[in-house]
Amino acid sequence: MTTDVAVEARNAVKAFGQGETAVRALDDVSIQIRKAEFFTLLGPSGCGKTTLLRLIAGFETPTSGQILLDGKDITNDPPNKRPVNTVFQSYALFPHLSVAQNIAFGLEMLGRPRAEITKTVERMLALVKLEAMAGRKTSQLSGGQQQRVALARALAPQPKVLLLDEPLSALDYKLRKEMQLELKRLQTETGITFIFVTHDQEEALTMSDRIAVMSAGHIQQIGGPREIYTRPVNRFVADFIGETNFLSGEAGEGRVTLASGDVVQVEGAEGRKGKVTVVIRPEQVRLAEAGAAETIPATVESLVYFGTDTHCHLRLKDGTEMVARLQSPASGEAGLQQGQSVGLRFAPGAARVLED
Amino acid sequence: MSANEEAARHREVRNAWALSAPALILLLVAAIGPLFIMLVYSFLTPGQYGNVEWKFSWDAWIGTLYSRDIFDGTLKLADAHLTIFWRSVKLSLLTTIITFIVGFPTAWFIATRSPRSRALWLFLITIPFWTNLLIRTFAINEIIRNEGLINSVLMWMGVIDQPINMIYTDTAVFVGMTYVYLPLMVLPLFASIDRFDMRLLEAGYDLYASRWQVLRRVIVPIVRPGIVAGSILVFIPALGAYVTPRILGGGKNMMIGNFIELQFGQGRNWPLGAALSVLLLIVVTIALMFYVRASTKGTNNG
Repeated sequence: MTTDVAVEARNAVKAFGQGETAVRALDDVSIQIRKAEFFTLLGPSGCGKTTLLRLIAGFETPTSGQILLDGKDITNDPPNKRPVNTVFQSYALFPHLSVAQNIAFGLEMLGRPRAEITKTVERMLALVKLEAMAGRKTSQLSGGQQQRVALARALAPQPKVLLLDEPLSALDYKLRKEMQLELKRLQTETGITFIFVTHDQEEALTMSDRIAVMSAGHIQQIGGPREIYTRPVNRFVADFIGETNFLSGEAGEGRVTLASGDVVQVEGAEGRKGKVTVVIRPEQVRLAEAGAAETIPATVESLVYFGTDTHCHLRLKDGTEMVARLQSPASGEAGLQQGQSVGLRFAPGAARVLED
Repeated sequence: MSANEEAARHREVRNAWALSAPALILLLVAAIGPLFIMLVYSFLTPGQYGNVEWKFSWDAWIGTLYSRDIFDGTLKLADAHLTIFWRSVKLSLLTTIITFIVGFPTAWFIATRSPRSRALWLFLITIPFWTNLLIRTFAINEIIRNEGLINSVLMWMGVIDQPINMIYTDTAVFVGMTYVYLPLMVLPLFASIDRFDMRLLEAGYDLYASRWQVLRRVIVPIVRPGIVAGSILVFIPALGAYVTPRILGGGKNMMIGNFIELQFGQGRNWPLGAALSVLLLIVVTIALMFYVRASTKGTNNG
């Protein structure tokens, strides 16, 4: 992978409304997205991810700041002058055109020769496996097929960057899984920079090369899926990505004293003092016999069976709730009972300390 | 299909016919009936003082296009008739085109307002329907006649010292019809633009289309049903317009409607009037068929 920058936002601000009531959908966001990278903007609704995407597409102009494409300032270029295409959340397929005509639209607007258009459309249809549907009206297609047409239409003009605005949100679970793999395949095959917007953290983790977690118009953290998941920089990121246990405590002498009075060894506690939060993922929590050495005593509140694993809701002495995710044994019985006393432990490297 | 289902379906069909019977009978009696009388009359001989004599004749049909020389009885093309036909078609087409050019942005504007102000704008568009057509037409007459509002004001301001002659011209008829038929263009256009998914505009721009290309390649093909409906609603009544050309065109700038009326009145040639009416109906039907076919077929290449 080259490290060249494909898209860059410099101090991008986008405010909606005027004066006192203005809302900053994007607040001084700077970001560099590399060439041929699958980059995901992840965050809850209203975090500014779609606004950033629309700034890159050209549908909105930033209140201040710049958008650069291949190092060239495109801040004031209209959408039809940017070599960037979008896959819309609603697909926005042209209802009066057939599948092939939809795919050809961008190429026709670019004034490409007929023969080239025909060839590219055929290639695109093959790429998204819709050769048999070329002559159909888009209203005759299923949701998943429409999604493919939208993809093919946006890829046909060979944009430098493909923007995807929550394109999978309208699909059912199984189809979504399929399309995730499909998108990843398309991205690898075409080598085009993908910028993908989603609020689904699982989707982000499975597909992306890098993820930017956003909230309230700011970027909270940028990093690879592993980094974001295992080393969240703040409580928001830890909470938004996956399920997490938060344990408040007091740091000192390289250890953390939890609110329940138990003392735990946590990586990153060295040199910290005062109130901190210990973050531990449910799958990193291990259960042992009650009273076993180096464990925190807890009571089993309830057990929820999820198929592959079982969620064990625990309560510490001081009432703090925790979840442990245990792999369901083959026999189906977890060997635990409600109300049972257990001891829990986790490896020092598995937990993280965040400043409160 | 089981016997029960069969019986249920039959009952449904019977009920449907029974329910639509009142409307169908009314249509038959009030529309088809008179049309049939017209068709019969067009093949009869005019009576001395109007009405018809029950004697078969092709004269009325020949008379729609030809006139018989008073002295030697030879037939030649009736220039006066052709002028009237041509004026009717020309003015109706112009009216349709201008109401579309003015009506499209208007309908777009209304359709893109917030739902609340949209109701107000639509209400404003329908206000002219609250007043009788005759009165509205006289109001235009009042504005453009020689001693009317425009000329008085211009003369008072000293811009002109002779009134500009606007009334009793083709232009006056055209202006009047444009005013009268504009709402009929705006309303169907609004209905189809209202259903237009505005997100398609962004899709168009995103795929390198200019504003003009988005209009031509995305908007127009999709709102085409509204354009077709609006054009039909304007063109057909315009072609048969009677009141507007009568009041704003005076006696000499006749359109087909006035010409037909003339045959039933002073002309005392009912068969000719009937033949002209049937001819108008046939022309309109053929034009409609061509128009609808052409406009639904051409959706693919804009």
